[in-house]
Amino acid sequence: MRQIAIYGKGGIGKSTTTQNTVAGLAYLGKKVMIVGCDPKADSTRLILHAKAQNTVMDLVRERGTVEDLELEDVMKVGYGDTKCVESGGPEPGVGCAGRGVITAINFLEENGAYTPDLDFVFYDVLGDVVCGGFAMPIREGKAEEIYIVCSGEMMAMYAANNIAKGILKYASSGKVRLAGLICNARKTDKEFELVSALAAKLSTQMIHFVPRDNQVQRAEMRRMTVIEYSPEHPQAQEYRTLAEKILNNKMLVVPTPLEMEELEDLLMEFGVMEAEDESVVGVVEAAAA
Amino acid sequence: MSDKIKTIDGITKESTQEMIDKSLSVYPEKGRKKRAPHLAPNDQSSGSACVKSNKKTVPGVMSARGCAYAGAKGVVWGPIRDMVHVSHGPVGCGWYSWGTRRNLVTGVTGVDKFDMQFTSDFQEKDIVYGGDKKLSVLLREAKDLFPLAKGISVLSECPVGLIGDDINSVAKASSKELGLPIIPCSCEGFRGVSQSLGHHISNDTIRDYIIGTREFAEPSSPYDIALIGEYNIGGDAWSTKPLLEECGLNVKAVWTGDGEIEKIAATHTVKLNVIHCYRSMNYMCKVMEEKYGIPWIELNFFGPTKIKQSLRKLAELFDDSIKEKVEAVIAKYDPQMQAVIEQYRPRLEGKKVMLYVGGLRPRHTINAYEDLGMACVGSGYEFAHGDDYDRTAPEMPDATVVYDDVSELEFEEFADALKPDLIGSGIKEKYLFQKMGIPFRQMHSWDYSGPYHGYLGFPTFARDIDMAINSPTWELVKAPF
Repeated sequence: MRQIAIYGKGGIGKSTTTQNTVAGLAYLGKKVMIVGCDPKADSTRLILHAKAQNTVMDLVRERGTVEDLELEDVMKVGYGDTKCVESGGPEPGVGCAGRGVITAINFLEENGAYTPDLDFVFYDVLGDVVCGGFAMPIREGKAEEIYIVCSGEMMAMYAANNIAKGILKYASSGKVRLAGLICNARKTDKEFELVSALAAKLSTQMIHFVPRDNQVQRAEMRRMTVIEYSPEHPQAQEYRTLAEKILNNKMLVVPTPLEMEELEDLLMEFGVMEAEDESVVGVVEAAAA
Repeated sequence: MSDKIKTIDGITKESTQEMIDKSLSVYPEKGRKKRAPHLAPNDQSSGSACVKSNKKTVPGVMSARGCAYAGAKGVVWGPIRDMVHVSHGPVGCGWYSWGTRRNLVTGVTGVDKFDMQFTSDFQEKDIVYGGDKKLSVLLREAKDLFPLAKGISVLSECPVGLIGDDINSVAKASSKELGLPIIPCSCEGFRGVSQSLGHHISNDTIRDYIIGTREFAEPSSPYDIALIGEYNIGGDAWSTKPLLEECGLNVKAVWTGDGEIEKIAATHTVKLNVIHCYRSMNYMCKVMEEKYGIPWIELNFFGPTKIKQSLRKLAELFDDSIKEKVEAVIAKYDPQMQAVIEQYRPRLEGKKVMLYVGGLRPRHTINAYEDLGMACVGSGYEFAHGDDYDRTAPEMPDATVVYDDVSELEFEEFADALKPDLIGSGIKEKYLFQKMGIPFRQMHSWDYSGPYHGYLGFPTFARDIDMAINSPTWELVKAPF
């Protein structure tokens, strides 16, 4: 069983990419479980055709304690026999979403969700590794393979580099490794080259460049993956290719995250960012004019 | 198991149910609905639980329950004397659980026992930035200051689980660095409904980190056993261990009273596990049975009747030499026990006791009272599960009240209706009942006395019960209102 965690900047398309990739793996005959680690609980809707799945934490809240839950209450099966679980958690601004992830994953372990017939477990994790809870999927004995979803946008690349720092911390004490960047293209300038260059600096690879295509949105409106909605569409082929690349990926590295200056140099080299002019720092518009 | 149905004059299923209904009548409807299944008259012949258990306490009632951390630190880990036990988190949990359970130990502090309070004393910054670095420093310091400690346990308090400190990886790295078993135990207090989950988590931790990592130095023998779930409260293990040894058995390890980690780690080589507190350690008995094929037996060493039954049950599992020794032991102690009974029974005959304790005493001690001519008219547990109540049904007289996670109100109402001559419970209940003028013994800690276990313990038990019930104090006290 390979356990894989997907990280990346908020809104970059982690859940969409994960579900389409998982659908690709299922299409190739692989048994997969998705564990959504985001209180928004949108990591499984395209596989289940559901608005929102009953989450582990919702049921814990309803019934009182984790001990009152059974695995079948929270595990649903969707497209291609893919097993789906959402950790769930509080609305923004209250409680502790990180603990929700810890509780949910402990629950799955204790109740035998990790059956030997599974080929893959995917953790779709909220944004950045903001606290210990969101690092749960990459602790020892969990995911050892991490993919970061990013694009050629500056903030997405900052986030990718930050996540690489988090991975480095866990890689030095355990078996977790960076397996690649997935470029979810935003049609920015020189996107392919830029993300490839960042990947090289991080000592990893850009495992696939997923072009932007509205077919993804058309499928999403029907709560489906492209692979299920339109298996013949070229975009479906892109996700199948990504799935195949992940299946065959052997390149697992301890990442070499960049210092802020190096990263900015890289962005400047590709013209995403302009060189800093110290003379204008802190000068208001009227004074500059 | 008792072979005849025991009854108490004036107590019927109907009278008990009426008493229960009355206590429930003051609750709001939702609370009443939730509490009702936890209170019931005993059905002695059924041999099965008559109440629901191991459920979340109803908010608003006064419950005596503890938390998972309390179950881990206070019950399972705390008594292991040659380890340093670190309460990882803010200082309070460690401080208020320090030395409170009267699990007595031998040894010299700092040399072969480490009965001090160790804590990582979390501050704001540790919550925000994580306490893992502090923990590795602490572990190094503990090793420097106490080089003779045989291991360190790291017991998580609530905030550790919230901020997601990865104590497992710190423990692993530090264990390698310091060449010492370092055991991480994620027993955050908010997990589960009572201290019971803390026992379970601790058992799992022993399974994952300790069992099977050592061997006993001496060669093994067919008479090697371990005493499981014996926490040496008031010196109980110092009564039961010599007793079993007198019967010809080698008690290779005690879990975890006056415990030593290396003996616990080597317990996978014994021939039989004798379990005392089923609730807190049945998990490891089952693990050792499945993984190493070690059978286990639950025995009761309270009061001469149960001791005799237990020793004979035990002897059945061994050869004739043990059977002979057991009979010799029984023959030796029987007259002594008879003398104790003759001394105290006339003073205690017909007296009624109500119990409300933890994992085993609500059922295990019933027969010891009966040996003294007394009767149990109500019993219950703070954190038991269904299998504990199954085991309780045959021990209790028929139709007497069984209460699970009893609230202070319910307990008070029952005591008021049943007018017991003694209540055996904990510190939280003590003053309420003493103010009601009812004699009371703290039965978690043996009330600063003990041991109560085995032949050595019974005379002390009988004396204490007599002292509590027949003290003239209660006649002299007048309520000021």
